[in-house]
Amino acid sequence: MADMSVIISGFGGQGALFAGILLCHTAVFEGKYTTWFPAYGAEMRGGAVNCAVNISDDEVPSPIIDEADAVIALNEASQAKFENRVKSGGFMIVNSSLSRLKPKRTDIKYINIPLNELAHKLTQPAFVNVMALGAFIEKTGILKLESIKEVMTEMAKTVSAKKAALLPNNIECVEFGANIIKNQLVTV
Amino acid sequence: MAKVLVKGNEAIAKAAIKAGCQCYFGYPITPQSEIGEYMGRHLPELGRTFITAESELASINMVIGAGTTGTKAMTSSSSCGIALMQEAFSAMCCAEVPGVIISVMRGGPGLGNIAPAQADYFQALKGGGNGDYKLIVLSPSNVQEAIDLTYRAFHLAIKYRNPVMLLADGILGQMMEPAEFKEYPYNDPDVSEWALSGADNRPARNIVSLHMPEGALEELTNRIFEKYELIAKNETTYEDYMLSDAKLVLTAFGTVGRVARAAVKRARENGMKVGLFRPVTLSPFPDRDLHEAAKKADMILDLELNKGQMLLDVRSAVFGACPVEFYGRTGGGLLTPDMIYSKIEELYKTLDSKKEAGVR
Repeated sequence: MADMSVIISGFGGQGALFAGILLCHTAVFEGKYTTWFPAYGAEMRGGAVNCAVNISDDEVPSPIIDEADAVIALNEASQAKFENRVKSGGFMIVNSSLSRLKPKRTDIKYINIPLNELAHKLTQPAFVNVMALGAFIEKTGILKLESIKEVMTEMAKTVSAKKAALLPNNIECVEFGANIIKNQLVTV
Repeated sequence: MAKVLVKGNEAIAKAAIKAGCQCYFGYPITPQSEIGEYMGRHLPELGRTFITAESELASINMVIGAGTTGTKAMTSSSSCGIALMQEAFSAMCCAEVPGVIISVMRGGPGLGNIAPAQADYFQALKGGGNGDYKLIVLSPSNVQEAIDLTYRAFHLAIKYRNPVMLLADGILGQMMEPAEFKEYPYNDPDVSEWALSGADNRPARNIVSLHMPEGALEELTNRIFEKYELIAKNETTYEDYMLSDAKLVLTAFGTVGRVARAAVKRARENGMKVGLFRPVTLSPFPDRDLHEAAKKADMILDLELNKGQMLLDVRSAVFGACPVEFYGRTGGGLLTPDMIYSKIEELYKTLDSKKEAGVR
């Protein structure tokens, strides 16, 4: 696939914005064009946050996404807000630990993953955002799992020792996310 | 050096530091606050000056103070903040004080909103300061260009002793994309001939914008406008994307330029002869080159995120060589590649019929 647009949304603290940045870094690592665009300003204060990420083999015309190939909804409000912004034929990864909404559309795929439960069972502290990225990467094939692991390892060298110590947890989460799709642990 | 992922606002700030910016004075406002944040973090580390001013008015007057000493100084703000600086821009042009202003446009009029917009084209080019004056205005369409044009802004400010504005918008300020920080590529001229450096062992100097003797102001203004002619001759730049055989020429600046480019590409894939003329310097405006492109075209379509501001300069440059259409949105509304493509399709169909009817 030549290009892919994804909206990542959650509440403040779930790491939706950072997940987008991580995805972009991975795209840069693979020599692709990429853009990241956050909902900025008043929306930052508590409440919901989201970002739009484009990954492409070609220059990206606009960083702003009307209709996305995919949406990663880390909570219920995000599912409600962005359900109508998925392209027909696209998909939505829903964190079913934090959303009980019934799917409204029949022309997109819903991938319900209880991210909080799985992540917290796997490791402490846990990273639902990174686990979602693992699933996204495995589902789309737009980037390689090895690349994002490499990028996270490089990033860990630039942060405090306390943060860097969390690298193994992040790696575990991203791998597990990919395995969820690969081994069909949820209905895809 | 390899490309790094960087946010537009931070890219501008980092480029300013690499360009030798010694002083930053600013007051926070969305969507450009990251510029000040970056400067606040990094300028003091380098032993340079960072001041959070009490207002935009104070910021730009601090830039004047630093500029009179030949020091590279800048401020940054957004729409309603830039509005407060207009008086100082006029004074800087008159007193020939260099300085760099980053304007990251948001929705207006009034306090408006914080969404991206382009409605401060008039403010930048025909701005609210008094008298005959012109800013040099540069317009980046992606993060790489934001870096390169920030370098250029500092160089042009010192070279021509005139304020230079980098006119970006909220999209560019807030977005991240890969870009490369090359070394500052310019050799700046010596400022010791005019800068205020203390009058030890030389006659005192006076940098002012008040010229009372009879004829003095006219003489000065004429000289400054000769300088503007020189700037227009030497520094005008624009992007030519598939113009050579274009029947329909799009004009757009800043981030709309990159969106328009994607629409042009798609139109070409579908056999339509469409091109893009994107001014990189808005002031000086590339009017002669646009006129040449218009002479070869059947129609111009001007695209902007406002109610039609650059449109006036486009019409003036085209000067009747072909019809000019306008398509825009305002108040934070955006143009997508699909919307522009649909407009291209709609207009392209009319081209042949118009030609037959002899409509020009």
